[in-house]
Amino acid sequence: MQTAIAGAATSTRTSWRQGRDARDARLAAAVSLAKGKIVAASDATGLLEAVIRPGDRVCLEGDNQKQADLLSSALLAVDLAKVSGLHMVQSGVVLPEHLDLFERGVAKRLDYAYSGPQSARIATMLFGGKIELGAVHTYLELFARYFIDLTPNVALIAAVSADREGNLYTGPNTEDTPTVVEATAFKDGIVIAQVNEIIDRVPRVDIPGDRVHFVVQADKPFFVEPLFTRDPAAITESQILTAMLAIKGIYAPYGVKRLNHGIGFNTAAIELLLPTYGEKLGLKGKVASHFALNPHPALIPAIESGWVEQIHSFGSEVGMDEYIRARPDVYFTGPDGSLRSNRAFSQVAGLYACDMFIGSTLQIDLQGNSSTVTTSRIAGFGGAPNMGSDARGRRHPSEPWLQAGKEADPDGLAPLRRGRKLVVQIGETFGDKNAPLFVEQLDALALAEKLKLELAPVMIYGDDVTHIVTEEGIANLLLCRDASEREQAIRGVAGYTAVGRARDAAMVGRLRERGVIRRPEDLGIDPFDADRSMLAARSIKDLVHWSGGLYAPPSKFRNW
Amino acid sequence: MEDLSYRHIARQRAGGTRKIAVIGVVASGNLEVLAERNLPDAECLVEIKTAAEGFGEVWNAVIADFVERHSPGGVRFSINDGGARPDTVSLRLAQAARLMQEDDQ
Amino acid sequence: MSAGQTAKASPDRTGSWYEASARTRVRLLLDPGSFEEFIGPEQREISPHLKVFGLPEQFDDGIVVGRGLLDGAPVFVAAQEGRFMGGAFGEVHGAKLTGLLRAARDLKSISVLLLLDTGGVRLQEANAGELAIAEIMRAVIEARTAGVKVVGLIGGRSGCYGGGGLIAGCCSALAVSEQGRIAVSGPEVIETNRGVEEFDSRDRALVWRTMGGKHRRLLGGAELFSDDTVQGFRDAALDLLGSVADFGLDTLKAEQARLEDRLQRFGACPDAIDIWTAEGIADAASVPALPADQFIALADQVRRTSRDAR
Repeated sequence: MQTAIAGAATSTRTSWRQGRDARDARLAAAVSLAKGKIVAASDATGLLEAVIRPGDRVCLEGDNQKQADLLSSALLAVDLAKVSGLHMVQSGVVLPEHLDLFERGVAKRLDYAYSGPQSARIATMLFGGKIELGAVHTYLELFARYFIDLTPNVALIAAVSADREGNLYTGPNTEDTPTVVEATAFKDGIVIAQVNEIIDRVPRVDIPGDRVHFVVQADKPFFVEPLFTRDPAAITESQILTAMLAIKGIYAPYGVKRLNHGIGFNTAAIELLLPTYGEKLGLKGKVASHFALNPHPALIPAIESGWVEQIHSFGSEVGMDEYIRARPDVYFTGPDGSLRSNRAFSQVAGLYACDMFIGSTLQIDLQGNSSTVTTSRIAGFGGAPNMGSDARGRRHPSEPWLQAGKEADPDGLAPLRRGRKLVVQIGETFGDKNAPLFVEQLDALALAEKLKLELAPVMIYGDDVTHIVTEEGIANLLLCRDASEREQAIRGVAGYTAVGRARDAAMVGRLRERGVIRRPEDLGIDPFDADRSMLAARSIKDLVHWSGGLYAPPSKFRNW
Repeated sequence: MEDLSYRHIARQRAGGTRKIAVIGVVASGNLEVLAERNLPDAECLVEIKTAAEGFGEVWNAVIADFVERHSPGGVRFSINDGGARPDTVSLRLAQAARLMQEDDQ
Repeated sequence: MSAGQTAKASPDRTGSWYEASARTRVRLLLDPGSFEEFIGPEQREISPHLKVFGLPEQFDDGIVVGRGLLDGAPVFVAAQEGRFMGGAFGEVHGAKLTGLLRAARDLKSISVLLLLDTGGVRLQEANAGELAIAEIMRAVIEARTAGVKVVGLIGGRSGCYGGGGLIAGCCSALAVSEQGRIAVSGPEVIETNRGVEEFDSRDRALVWRTMGGKHRRLLGGAELFSDDTVQGFRDAALDLLGSVADFGLDTLKAEQARLEDRLQRFGACPDAIDIWTAEGIADAASVPALPADQFIALADQVRRTSRDAR
């Protein structure tokens, strides 16, 4: 029997190392371009033509911050007779070149997670059939698929520096690199790194050299976008009011210590209210002490006031390097002193070890589903759906998690009752250009129909959302017992949007009596107190002062 | 530009003795509200010049709620609007009503 | 104005000047309850031009003028609202300021505080606005000739640009905060006309070290530097009103000499940092980051406030 199986196997398979042989052949094709592992920037396109085959899966490292920009330009310039029809598997579609690849035919198919600045163009290209879309993922989900069915043949990555053996120092923006390299290098793929400089000894080894096949020295540092800098000067009174509601109505009663914040102005307002309003409420040490969070400059005053125990980061933030270096008790730093970020680990941390996600969105429907997609923009998901979802595999208890679980199922047997992660959507009832936050139907549905997608791009599913905070109040969806209560709870905080005006006033009144809806006055909050003078910092310069001069904001945020 | 006008019967006269108050600035997403105590006690008039056209229904709802909550009888509110969101409008109207309740002038 | 509760309570002047509205600045700058407005919003003296362009009006046309007390002494005050049309000068806006200055000229004994916060002239009423600038400049000089002190306070969102920069140049003295910028052509205008190599308007650090309050103080364009608080500007206004020299031919000659000297000493400097270095500041590159108190000490050290020019 055994013999028969072994015989059958050998008859269908000529070799068990086809992938390795193919990789070695590619490496051999490039050997004339490299001195050791080093390839001149002028030979970058030649290198890519040598190692990439038509139809390959290629990860061009680009996420919401760091970009392998030299390698993306080099890839765009390839001879189409040699390289075409690629399947791009990358977390961020952010640079214009990323889409130019599809215009030119270098690439054909795309699986990705985030497309911030290219969200309008990617929508146009999807409609026009220029891009064959696999799926839009969350970061963690795409990373997972790198190890199962979307393993890259070639990874083009970015690092700060390399030594001649190819050991890489990624600096504070390590981000996706370890994950991409892990999946590629250990499955017979080829890893090419662009670096800002080649030096004798890297400050710390973020990626061991035996996982890196080629190193290209770029003529200018890779591009990094300051994505997490929110200028306190732009925070409005309404945003301050929503922040006060969140702190007093959610952080305090649940005692949320472990959490993740989105990148909007509402959560920036929360960060800036912790040392002022939070202090006044006596919450220091009781809430907001452990974060999965990028190094938000707006959190500096809270850190300096002793609120924050520790922060693990997905990536870094422009200008925060020296501040982080001086605060190793708070941030994860390497032996060289600089931040070590890791998107995959931080996403896991946000999923399993945080009791709350709070962030903004563009549209919320009557079931509580939310989406940042509009009919003309597909921004992707990034990490929010992962942060903003209940981890069904979670098994460790915590106060906020248990309390939320109890509110959702008060009659369940406590030892068998799942807890719930607090998933909070916060925003003003009207957004930019008076666009309503609340809608009867998400634009994502129309988009899915137009693109014939099996799944509408929903950022956070309604059954994961526990609270919605607007300037009109807080809706606690955990306390809703059926779909109509849920709908009226949402309408009841939807302000003067069409959704809000169509509320059943009597039912909303009853929900308010039950504490499902809480207005500012129910929480003892006077909307007149929502004043900018409450912010611990009202400008970027204030943040610099709070940091003791360690925070060095990029020029575009300066007004001094 | 669009001109809107809403006349309401108020439950009671606005408290305080202040004759006039002005709050806010006409800027993008903002508005100014000028409140003048010069109407019969049971009346309230809100006149709006707005840069954002086609929001009459929303204004109607915002102002009805405002009159219901604050009962600013005897006060005429004149608004120059730079396209403010309804929550900002509510806040400015409430601020104007509160100013009028001060004993001043 | 009666002594209401606002008059009794001691006003909080620690708030940001930059963030305050024109009305709040005036209310907090002056002695509590002392402000009396001329041509207030209830008179609805709005711009006759904006409606034509489908633009929203403001009841005071973006400027508050009136009189009040500063530490017990009567003053005229005008405050531009930098958020309404960038604080720009239009016909009515300009006429209100001209009228205030002419009243000061006629009365001779009451000082004027100009809380400038402007991008210059309104495009939609450019001719009227340009005429207003000329009238205001003349009115400032006439008032000063009549013995009136005209002090400019600059620290608002829109800075002090275009015709506002010219008016500032006519004042008896200026106080400026870091956020205040004083210039005639704005950064974008310079870049458009002379190229990005000459001036990169998106380089905000460059904009501030070229036009910002610190540079204006170190260059002698502004007599005093104030922290961004109402109290800071109040103290500066009192200081300047107490120390401004009389205006006459000698003052103008001294001002001409000061400007010639400045051009000679710094004309070849390509950047503000070079000027500060030439002024003897050891670590000139650190100036933009200096907190207000340290900067004021430094500025007093390298440049004693001159009170005989202007």
